[in-house]
Amino acid sequence: MLPAVRDFSLQIFAGETYGLVGESGSGKTTLAHAIMRYLSDSGEIVGGRIDFDGRNLLALTSSEIRDIWGREIVFVPQDPLSALNPSIRVGEQVAEGLRVQMGLSRKAANTRTIELLTEVRISDPGRVARSYPHEISGGMQQRVMIAMALGAEPKLILLDEPTTSLDVTTQAAVLDLLRDLIHNTDAAVLYITHNLGVVAQICDRVAVLYAGELVEDAPKEALFEKPLHPYTQGLLASVPELGRHKSDARLSSIPGRIPSPQERGSGCIFAPRCPLAIDLCFSERPRLDASFPDSKVRCHRWPEIAAGEIFAWGKINNPEAVASRPPQETALQLKNVEVGYTLRQSLSERVAGRPRRRVMAVDGVDLSVQYGETLGLAGESGSGKTSLARAVVGLVVRSGGDIDLLGLSLAPELSRRSIDELRLAQYIFQNPEEALNPYLTIGETLQRPYITLMGQLKADARNNARRLLAAVKLPADYFDAYPNRLSGGEKQRVAIARAFATSPALLIADEPVSSLDVSVQASILNLLSALQVDANSSMLFISHDLAVVGFLADRVAIMYAGQIVEVTDSKALPALPHHPYTEALLSAVPSIDPATVQQVIQLEGDIPSQQAFPSGCRFHPRCPRYLGDICRTVEPPWQVTETGSRIRCHISPDDLRAAQKRGFDNEGG
Amino acid sequence: MATFVIRRMGFLALTVILTSLVIFIITQMLPGDVARVVLGREAGEAALEAFREENGLNDPLPVQYGRWLMDFVTGDWGHSLSTRSAIFPVVMDRLRNSLLLAGMTMLVGVPLSIILGIIAGLNEDKLADNTISIGALTVVGLPEFVTGLVLIQIFSRWLGWLPANSSIAPDATFAEKLPMLILPAMTATMVLLAYISRMTRAGVIEELKRPYVRTATLKGLPRRAVIFNHVLRNSLIPAITVIAISFGWLISGLIVIENVFNYPGLGRLLVFAIDRQDLPLIQAVAMVAVVSFALANLAADLIYARLNPRIRLE
Amino acid sequence: MPVQSKMSLTPDSPLSVNPSRISRWAGAFHALFSTKATALGTTIVLIFVVVAFIAPLIAPYGVNEQIYSDARQAPSADHWFGTDHLGRDVFSRVLYGASDILFLAGLGTAMAVMCGTAVGLLSGYAGGMVDEIMMRFFDSLLAMPALLLALLLLGTLGPSRNSVFIVMVIVYTPIVARVVRSVVLSVRSKGFVEAARLQGESIEWVLFREILPSVTPTLAVEAALRFSYAIFLVASLGFLGVGVQPPSPNWGLMVNEARPHVGQLPWALFFPAAAIAIVVIGVNLMADGVKRLLQA
Repeated sequence: MLPAVRDFSLQIFAGETYGLVGESGSGKTTLAHAIMRYLSDSGEIVGGRIDFDGRNLLALTSSEIRDIWGREIVFVPQDPLSALNPSIRVGEQVAEGLRVQMGLSRKAANTRTIELLTEVRISDPGRVARSYPHEISGGMQQRVMIAMALGAEPKLILLDEPTTSLDVTTQAAVLDLLRDLIHNTDAAVLYITHNLGVVAQICDRVAVLYAGELVEDAPKEALFEKPLHPYTQGLLASVPELGRHKSDARLSSIPGRIPSPQERGSGCIFAPRCPLAIDLCFSERPRLDASFPDSKVRCHRWPEIAAGEIFAWGKINNPEAVASRPPQETALQLKNVEVGYTLRQSLSERVAGRPRRRVMAVDGVDLSVQYGETLGLAGESGSGKTSLARAVVGLVVRSGGDIDLLGLSLAPELSRRSIDELRLAQYIFQNPEEALNPYLTIGETLQRPYITLMGQLKADARNNARRLLAAVKLPADYFDAYPNRLSGGEKQRVAIARAFATSPALLIADEPVSSLDVSVQASILNLLSALQVDANSSMLFISHDLAVVGFLADRVAIMYAGQIVEVTDSKALPALPHHPYTEALLSAVPSIDPATVQQVIQLEGDIPSQQAFPSGCRFHPRCPRYLGDICRTVEPPWQVTETGSRIRCHISPDDLRAAQKRGFDNEGG
Repeated sequence: MATFVIRRMGFLALTVILTSLVIFIITQMLPGDVARVVLGREAGEAALEAFREENGLNDPLPVQYGRWLMDFVTGDWGHSLSTRSAIFPVVMDRLRNSLLLAGMTMLVGVPLSIILGIIAGLNEDKLADNTISIGALTVVGLPEFVTGLVLIQIFSRWLGWLPANSSIAPDATFAEKLPMLILPAMTATMVLLAYISRMTRAGVIEELKRPYVRTATLKGLPRRAVIFNHVLRNSLIPAITVIAISFGWLISGLIVIENVFNYPGLGRLLVFAIDRQDLPLIQAVAMVAVVSFALANLAADLIYARLNPRIRLE
Repeated sequence: MPVQSKMSLTPDSPLSVNPSRISRWAGAFHALFSTKATALGTTIVLIFVVVAFIAPLIAPYGVNEQIYSDARQAPSADHWFGTDHLGRDVFSRVLYGASDILFLAGLGTAMAVMCGTAVGLLSGYAGGMVDEIMMRFFDSLLAMPALLLALLLLGTLGPSRNSVFIVMVIVYTPIVARVVRSVVLSVRSKGFVEAARLQGESIEWVLFREILPSVTPTLAVEAALRFSYAIFLVASLGFLGVGVQPPSPNWGLMVNEARPHVGQLPWALFFPAAAIAIVVIGVNLMADGVKRLLQA
């Protein structure tokens, strides 16, 4: 029996919104379940009290707690699709709770369901209510979950990463909805998330959870202004903010990883990763001290930190900043690249004469990457960015266009590329858990590229692999370890090492940090840019997160529905004007500065299906700056702005800037 | 829905045709010369050749296959080589008997197995589950002839309640048939019980772990409502497929069971035909079994699509 | 309305299957003895395997030795399981029968697993028309209930031990191939396989070093299940009289031969039937343990 969460104390008052921040493995969801006294197979509450509205939840009978669930305490989970019953219409799923908990008649419950769906800004509540979960988009599904929670006018709302599984623009819209709903409710709200930006935008108070322990608890402004716990400082310093670029300063990162319950020692739980740790930190566990009247922190050295005598991590300009290089010569050239394929049909479908469905993932892309340059490729899921990247290395076969790398024309099929061509381009995959063969040791994995791509003998390959392991700052004894011993971040380091082994001319990184925690993400981004400089490689860096792309890339290309809509210098990202889609993406990045009041641009509708793109400008059905018929019928031209960005839009750069500036002014005032 | 049905039926026809080809090829490789089998050892070479020519045995194999398939579709199944009687009525008669037995088994076995599977799944790793699961693994996982012989020993030799021999007469009434059906049906039920209950159990356990169960529970629904309105609705959908699969098991099981009890069904006819190397009879019985299996699959697919909203759009 | 909470939570440590080489064997051992039921099953199977090997050493009589003077005897000190209608010692025949059924079922399973793995790997990795044709062909084989297909094939091949072996391979290869193929399809698109392709690894390396190891847990479960069905099949074919032929000491055949005399010589039927039951239960319990552990 190992404690996942230990002596956690928290008070939430009615009308208050509490942010609970923690990385994966910190015990957030376990805690959320425990607070509701929802006991799953995996854990039990072994001690403590949960007082809710004058009652100790742990002392209630199971039928008493059922009366509280869904009526007084409600829960909005992370992944709405799996949280909804796949075979019941969503309206009925909302109405069911209303009948049971509010005692409404069938008819009244149905009427109330439609009202609730309208409240969560579903424009067509009747149709949505009659749909099954898989028939509506992720944003809609989460709105339904929120409607379900609101129905009972609860006293406590627990939100467990409610926007994490959603796309950037959808996430922004749902956050906006939540912000308004929370503002208008008297309920106490516990908002659980790993995203500091979301906390800064939504919460009143913030509690920081680390490895199952509360390490800091403070009002939002105090926490973001003057974090007292080294871990909180580290978290804040490792977030790439919009407008920050690698040439300004490297990101701070917290070394090491969150300890598992077995690895926790007797001292401060953060001591092994803390730059301020002293002997006392390893021997004695710090208490949760009241630092200020309103705040608490669990650190032996907080008084020194508060006095400004010492700091663990700060947002200071780092002299080791990576120089961004001026563009020289073209390394990679894409001309009119298309990736389209006919969906595979089974023999029976062919017999039944069903028409072949054609999918266009990438539709006529021209791009170039210079020697040593990092080109960022951003867009939401379904925009075709991964298909484009995979076409470059040959993992998908392109249906049209040319790809030139260092003057070599690359064949569409991987099997028709020579070893020399393969050596020139390597790829880092999104999911570190699937990046390494679980049945090969790290050493075996790392020596393969030397053997196959460089033709080295096994002994040489082994030596080089050891050197490579050191270069990505992993301990030498990992050489004979299997991947299951490594954390996600460490696996990604190995994957990066493998890709850089042959110093490729082009490295493609497909969302390499999106599944990693913030503190790990920063160190991976730093590692990537350092290795890139050493190997003098060009990089195509793909991410849905504009802040990350803006930090790492020299130039950024924005992709929508299989096409590039904007190419801009990453330093020009904070400047105006932008393509309306870029504008929406930028507005959707939550800022970690609580003082910023964000004006999120909400996009109507969903990302178009790859089977049927809209005519004219592909963004027109969702565009907030829709001009008129011209957008619907004519493909927009490329225009160049004063800042040097190229934008594919019918609106002139001057008009765009004027319109977008008005938006900013409204936001400020 | 209409296109879905048509598509499934197209698929069914394709499978049956391909399978018929496999059956044809396998049976063509049967040792022995059909002409000699029919005409006997004393027949002269001229007579044999005349027989082959008359019956198209000298045609190329694809032609023979096409003719055979067309004959099967039109109900012209020829004559048995061993009994000389027309095959179609015999097979149909035996099919009726087998279906009667299969029907009785499914009627009792399927609901019983599903209920046991649900009970086991809802009480994972508790006493009820362990009893049912170990039971399914042991007593019920035995070959049908062992189970059948044990049942005969108990109910017919020791207790004397039921007959050990189920060779029902063609003109028997249902009341006369019933006692003879009980033991074979019980044996076949055991076969179903093993597969369906274990699959249903796995389905229930899997569904119980899904996040929507948490949603339903945290809505404040009573446990009973969570189970009946949410969990069972989803775990019964895969059970439909399981029933179709177990129909295949049932066909295999019946071949053995009918031989244990001397029950005049298709299974017994098949073993008889193979014993006698009776080519047309083997082909006819195999085709009938394949078509019934395919139809059962089709029915399951359609019911599945009807119940599962995720399928309908595709 | 303050909500105050103070709590500690304890999860059970989740089970993980460790793929390192030494612990893989330890893991397999652990899997085979993980619960009481599984341990019982494994023990039963091990005992029968040992018996299969040493039957000629421990059997008091020859497998087909007819002792006319002792025919039709009830179990006694001389003949523990009695003798059958031909005066053969049932105990000795049951011992010899262990090797008959276990080797036949074991070899058949091993061959089917090997063929199925090869076909599944190639078909899943190659994709395209090869895969399509392979799978349609297997579909049409699987559209026949297993025993029906087995009987058809036996009708063609004629009843014999070799035929039963070939039948097992033909009946089980498609099943194994489909299982392997589905795993290959899911592994093929994983990063480490694509990385290997981008590094110019040979197709042999990709298939056998990158993909095959990930298939092994599934394969182990499938092999255990196939083995239990194979025993079932060999016994059933013997019982129907279309499999292994007399005078082999096949348990199913022994049951079949003893049936006409069951009134007078029930032991001649009981002991081989019990042997089948015990082996099948043992293999099922063992397979279930492997399945639970590897598919957790």
